[in-house]
Order: sequence, then structure tokens, then C-alpha cells
Amino acid sequence: MKMLSFAKRNTKEILRDPLTVIFGLGFPLVVLLLLSAIQANIPVPMFEIEQLTPGISVFGLSFMTLFSATLIAKDRGGSLLQRLYTTPLKPIDFILGYTLPIVPFAVAQSGICYIVAIILGLDITVNILFSVAFVIPISILFIALGLLFGSILTDKQVGGICGALLTNLSAWLSGTWFDLELVGGTFKDIAYALPFVHAVELERAVLMGHFADIFPHLWWVLGYAIAALAIAVLLFLRQMKK
Amino acid sequence: MDAIKIESLTKRYRDVIAVDSLSLCIGEGELFSLLGVNGAGKTTTIKMLSCLTEPTSGNAYLLGKSIRQDTAEVKSLIAVSPQETAVAPGLSVRENLELMCGVHGFTKDKQNAKINELTELLGLEGVISRKAGKLSGGWQRRLSIAMALISEPKILFLDEPTLGLDVIARSDLWDLIRSLKGNITIILTTHYMEEAEALSDRIAIMKDGTLLVCDTAENIKAAVGVDDFEQAFIRIVKGALQ
Repeated sequence: MKMLSFAKRNTKEILRDPLTVIFGLGFPLVVLLLLSAIQANIPVPMFEIEQLTPGISVFGLSFMTLFSATLIAKDRGGSLLQRLYTTPLKPIDFILGYTLPIVPFAVAQSGICYIVAIILGLDITVNILFSVAFVIPISILFIALGLLFGSILTDKQVGGICGALLTNLSAWLSGTWFDLELVGGTFKDIAYALPFVHAVELERAVLMGHFADIFPHLWWVLGYAIAALAIAVLLFLRQMKK
Repeated sequence: MDAIKIESLTKRYRDVIAVDSLSLCIGEGELFSLLGVNGAGKTTTIKMLSCLTEPTSGNAYLLGKSIRQDTAEVKSLIAVSPQETAVAPGLSVRENLELMCGVHGFTKDKQNAKINELTELLGLEGVISRKAGKLSGGWQRRLSIAMALISEPKILFLDEPTLGLDVIARSDLWDLIRSLKGNITIILTTHYMEEAEALSDRIAIMKDGTLLVCDTAENIKAAVGVDDFEQAFIRIVKGALQ
């Protein structure tokens, strides 16, 4: 109940920021439409709608990192958190209160992404529902990264690190825009040592109905999500005691 | 029983002693002011008493509960209105109050009753639906104090509540603070000498983390031998009583 009150406040703060709607929902859709238009003129296997949509869906989640990090960093910059630290809210209430409101937003974003993909020609199958469901563990990873960065950076720094650097890195290293095999070498090794390409390949496997192929990608995503969440909790607790 | 009993409370940040072995008692229902120039240790003292910062040594008891051992109980007794206006800017005045009711676990009925009571007490009726972030500084301070009063605290910490307000808004807040006097123990920090003199039962003057004097405004003036409290403060800080 106490945690839900805090989560409700965070939901309102996020939804009332127009940039959230523009970037969170609009930007991934623009990219989806643009790459589909390119695909229509110059067919590239990577940009076929069933390959592209999972990648865009995961790319959109990088904005969840931006939202959660911005919210926490702004709260830290003001005195509201200080006030709330003197209330009966426990550390776990803060962590869940920041995390849970963004999950439905991530699911909604992914759902809209797949609806637009259907309009663009994606076959309607039950796997689309599974794909949207598998966005949940992936979104936890991106939200945890937001908690982590929001606990150590100012809201201005968050804009640079999460808004520019992370969105680009997670895109380049995801295998959505170009085939990582084309670059190969160290770049490919780095990409496969990070969770972003695994998140995309997980989504692609689910959308294609190749459920045996979700491994080991799911483990990579879950492993990174748990690690990011654990580090985020530690950093949040540390700044809480400062 | 003393509302607050402070015993050799010390806070050290590496080489800097922010509060040095502070000891004093504050009675129930008393309005007690902490004065001092920047860096005197006022805010650090409030942060320790409200369990936001752990003391390096010493202890303090709020209505018999230790700030070191009984943190949860202390938090249920106190409320803090921090130095900066601590409101959720994206929420309306009512939603801010609902947030505080929620984090204290109030039922819907109690929430509505409490919001109506505080809206009337602080004259917030005219701005109840407006976004907190769009309010003037004076209204944000009023809201901030209303949020602090939601939990019916026994001890209220007001950290520079009138900082940056115009003369009318300050006068209104003084009236409000006076109306709370006697029912709640209030610890006020301020840079305004006339504010401390007008509102306080007793005043403590700190410098470099050390308590220089603690008495009524009249007694402090008499001890220094001046009629003007600001002059008394200046002389004490410059070493008149050493």
C-alpha cells in the first residue's frame, strides 16, 4: 500500500512529461517506419519486418532507462526524497516504487510497436503476445540500468549518459541496425558479452516461435538484469545514507 | 518528558567536524530555533535528529526513542520540511497530500479527512487542483508544511521555512507556525534573526558545529548587554561570550 502510493506518484510524473510520450512511444515507431520504408525500396533481409520489429522493440526499452534514471536523478536533486526518507517507506519500497510503474509502460510501448508492425505486414500469430510478454524481463534490465545511473548521476548527466550514449550503444551492439557478423572481431565479441544483442535475439526467437532458441539469450538477459538490479540497489542504499 | 534529549552528538566528515559533541534538551510543545551562519551545523543536526544522517558518535532521544537504535519509531514521531521545497512538481496540491497519506498508510476516509483539515488550516483551497511545480514559492512552502503535518507528527523540523519568501508570504507562514505552537514540538532553523526572536521559546546559536549559547531571546540579549537580537547574535558568533 505504502509502496503503491509512491509507485502511483512515479507513474504520474512519468506520464505527465510530454517528452516521455514523444520519445518513449514516438521515436521507436518513427525508426520502425523509416527502416520499413528503406526495406520497401532496397530489400535487406535484416530489415524484414519479423527481424526488425523485435530489434526496435528492444531499442525502445533503452528509453525506459532514460525515464527511470531521470526520475531518480531529479528526485535526488530536489528534497522530495529527503522528505520521503523520513517516512515509514523502506528501501525496498523505493526500489519497487521506481521499478514497477515503468514495466507496464514498457509492455505498452512494445505492444504498440508490434501493432504498427502488423499494419506494416507482420503476420498475426500468438507469438506476438509471447514476444510482448518476454519484454518484461528485458525491461527489468533496462529499468535497473536506469536505477543504477539515476543513483549516481545528476539529471543533466543522465541526459548525456542514458539519453545519448546508452541508447546509441544499445542500438549499435544489438544487431538491429546491421549484422554483427559484418563487423566481426572484437566488436562482435564485445556485443555478445553485453546483453543487448541477446535481448534482440531472444525476442526474434520468440516471435518466430523457435522457443528452443531463446537460450542462452534469456540467461544473458536475466543475468545482466539481476546484476544491474543488485548494483542499483547497493548504489541507491548508499546515496540514501549519504 | 523532554521531546528531544541530545547527548554529545557528533558528526564528522573526514577532516571536518560538522557537529561537535552537541548536548541539549528540548521540551514538549516547545518552539526551538537553531541559529548560526552557514556551516554552523544546523542542517546536519536536523539530519541526524531525523535519521537522515547517522551520527559519528553520541546519541539523541526523541520522546525516549534513540535515533541510532529505534529509527523506525523515531520516523513515526517526526516530520521534516526540508530546506528546499520538497514537493512533487508534476502532481497537483491534492495529489501531493494524497502521496503523503499513502506513504503513511492512511485509509481512504482518514486521507480525505486529513486533506480537508490541512487544506483549510493552510488555506490551500484555492490551489488544491494546481500543479505544485507551477505554484509560487510561498504556496510551495505552505504545501511543504502541509505535507509534513499529514502524519500528525509529535516533532516537526522546519529547515529554513521562509527562505526566499516575500514579506507577506513570510508573515503568513509565521502566523501558521504560531498556530502550531504548543501542540507540536517544533525545531526551526533560520537565517532570519527577527524570525527566531518572534517565534521561538528558546534559541540555540551554533558556530563551526559547536553550541555557543542556548536560552530565550531576552536572556541572550541580556547576557550580551544589547537590546537588538541581531547585534547579540553577531557578538556571540564573534566571540562575545567566550
